[in-house]
Amino acid sequence: MKKLGSAIFSRLVIIIPYAWLLFFFLIPFFIVFRISLSTTAIAQPPYEPAFAWSDGLSGVWQKMGQFSFDNFVWLTEDALYFNAYMSSLWIAGVSTLVTLLIGYPIAYGMAQAPRTLRPTLLMLVILPFWTSFLIRVYAWIAILKPEGLLNQFLMNIGVIDQPLIIMNTNWAIYIGIVYSYLPFMILPLYSALEKMDNTLIEAAQDLGCPQITAFWKVTFPLSIPGIIAGCMLVFIPAVGEFVIPDLLGGSQTLMIGKTLWNEFNANRDWPVSAAVATILLLILVVPIVFFQNAQAKAEEQGR
Amino acid sequence: MKSLGNIRRAFAPWTDPDAKPYITFRNVTKRFGDFTAVDDLTLNIYHREFFALLGASGCGKSTLLRMLAGFERPTSGEIILDGQDIAGIPPYKRPVNMMFQSYALFPHMSVESNIGFGLRQDGMPKNEIAERVAQMLKLVKLEKFAKRKPHQLSGGQRQRVALARSLAKRPKVLLLDEPLGALDKKLREETQFELMDLQQELGLTFVVVTHDQEEAMTMADRIAVMSHGKVIQVATPAEIYEAPNSRFVADFIGDVNILDGKVSASGNGKIELAVAEGFTIRTATGSTPATGSAAGFAIRPEKLKVTRAAPADASVNAAQGEIWDIGYLGDMTVFYVKLDSGKVVKASMLNAQREVEDPIAYDEKVWVSFGETAGVVLKD
Repeated sequence: MKKLGSAIFSRLVIIIPYAWLLFFFLIPFFIVFRISLSTTAIAQPPYEPAFAWSDGLSGVWQKMGQFSFDNFVWLTEDALYFNAYMSSLWIAGVSTLVTLLIGYPIAYGMAQAPRTLRPTLLMLVILPFWTSFLIRVYAWIAILKPEGLLNQFLMNIGVIDQPLIIMNTNWAIYIGIVYSYLPFMILPLYSALEKMDNTLIEAAQDLGCPQITAFWKVTFPLSIPGIIAGCMLVFIPAVGEFVIPDLLGGSQTLMIGKTLWNEFNANRDWPVSAAVATILLLILVVPIVFFQNAQAKAEEQGR
Repeated sequence: MKSLGNIRRAFAPWTDPDAKPYITFRNVTKRFGDFTAVDDLTLNIYHREFFALLGASGCGKSTLLRMLAGFERPTSGEIILDGQDIAGIPPYKRPVNMMFQSYALFPHMSVESNIGFGLRQDGMPKNEIAERVAQMLKLVKLEKFAKRKPHQLSGGQRQRVALARSLAKRPKVLLLDEPLGALDKKLREETQFELMDLQQELGLTFVVVTHDQEEAMTMADRIAVMSHGKVIQVATPAEIYEAPNSRFVADFIGDVNILDGKVSASGNGKIELAVAEGFTIRTATGSTPATGSAAGFAIRPEKLKVTRAAPADASVNAAQGEIWDIGYLGDMTVFYVKLDSGKVVKASMLNAQREVEDPIAYDEKVWVSFGETAGVVLKD
């Protein structure tokens, strides 16, 4: 009886994450996908579904051949969407790289800090999360705008005599993304670097490496799983980012999150925005799978 | 004079006043904050010597090794290697290599890249590296494992990779930090002899740090017994065991009975010591303190003889007691004899015969005896 109970329990434990994925990822995705196959209509909600849930499985199967992928075709016809995807990937990519370049030294410094100081440093990295994300982005408006804190400061110390136009440009978006996502880069990097065995560095030095070479030959390669984790955690949400380009970016800013929002709210074109979201998801699933592979490999190595 | 020198091989440059030491620590002190890890230490190590630093944890032996490797800089004093003061030379420029206690193998590299790491660092041509790596793999009998990653190896194999890696650059001195600490007993014994053979074959100077006295005794030409940052005695294993220079060394190495007393006569290299146990020990070995001074007498359990009858020769040291406990270990039997004074001494006797007629049993009255060169007098 006890054995049976534990067998049921272990099944249950496995079911929970799958159930989570099913209810909060697969089913919503399927709903969005269904909308992307439909046509717009003046109705509530504003689309003509491609099939009704009441058709049942066999009904859906029959209608399958008539599914219209017009909305996806439409995305390829208007260069706007392609440009928005590309510019999102570019902005997210550059921001991720900058975040890595800033985050790595910080994480390395934290991992090298005296053991007693590390919890405090970790706390400082997490500290921004205690304030609302939205408020922190608004605060950047106050800093970056032409008469904002940054320009006032630079003009007061005489570095510039004309205010820098950062606000409502891509510069502001880069600053916003790098600032917002830096902790997501630092935390996995720190956890990878903190585990590093210091005698490995000593061994490298003993075998003829100056400190910098020892870093590149030993510390850096061993921190790659952390780098991948950090980059994924920054890149994936940054591609679909809406709040930062909307608040800090200008009218010429093209990012897919903003495009999607426009289609959905301004144009009330649910099917096209659903198609945009579906493609965005596909673009992001590729790096996620890549990430999982890398992690599995790292685990293999750690064994 | 009978020899207590190097039993293992005819190699004793330390007895030659003209021999030049290969490594010299001169008045070396190392402090970490308030803690003095190494205290004004002076030590010579000779070329091709297998030298062991032995001591309990925290005695400074590892710090000494790390100073030789270059990971720590002495607070004061100088370290000379092959005629050159190396105190200011960074670890990556020193002609010494270290085998780490944890092995410190690079987990992201295969066995051969680990072994070739130092050679690549020196910019050796590729074909020469491959050749040297193959040679090293053969030396440690790991040819079949060249492509494996460290985590795919057993503990003993990892130890060999670490050894091969530290030998690959042909260092002037190989430093070994507890080289056998992570191996199980059987493997440890095998590896001890392999290390000794390797050292002879390559003609290198080995400096090994260990807390295991058996390991040090087996492998080393000379042992430095350390305590609280100081070297207490530097000598061959036989000298350390048979002629300890202090109570600490006598007690630290092996089993020992120490009897306290007062010197009642001293001269001609002979000493009479009236011990608290109520008899007088006549001995011709050890230090020779002046008459009247307090001294200890150290004697190893296997040097004591336990008999029912008093020894016939009156010149032999003897004391009466009672068997208090008996430990049968197979190869030998250990008798704990309570002397009449109440002091318990330990005596071990080899079980040379399988069967003994009428063996000595509990509570029997016995005599404990020993010759005049069986033990040593320790200065207090």
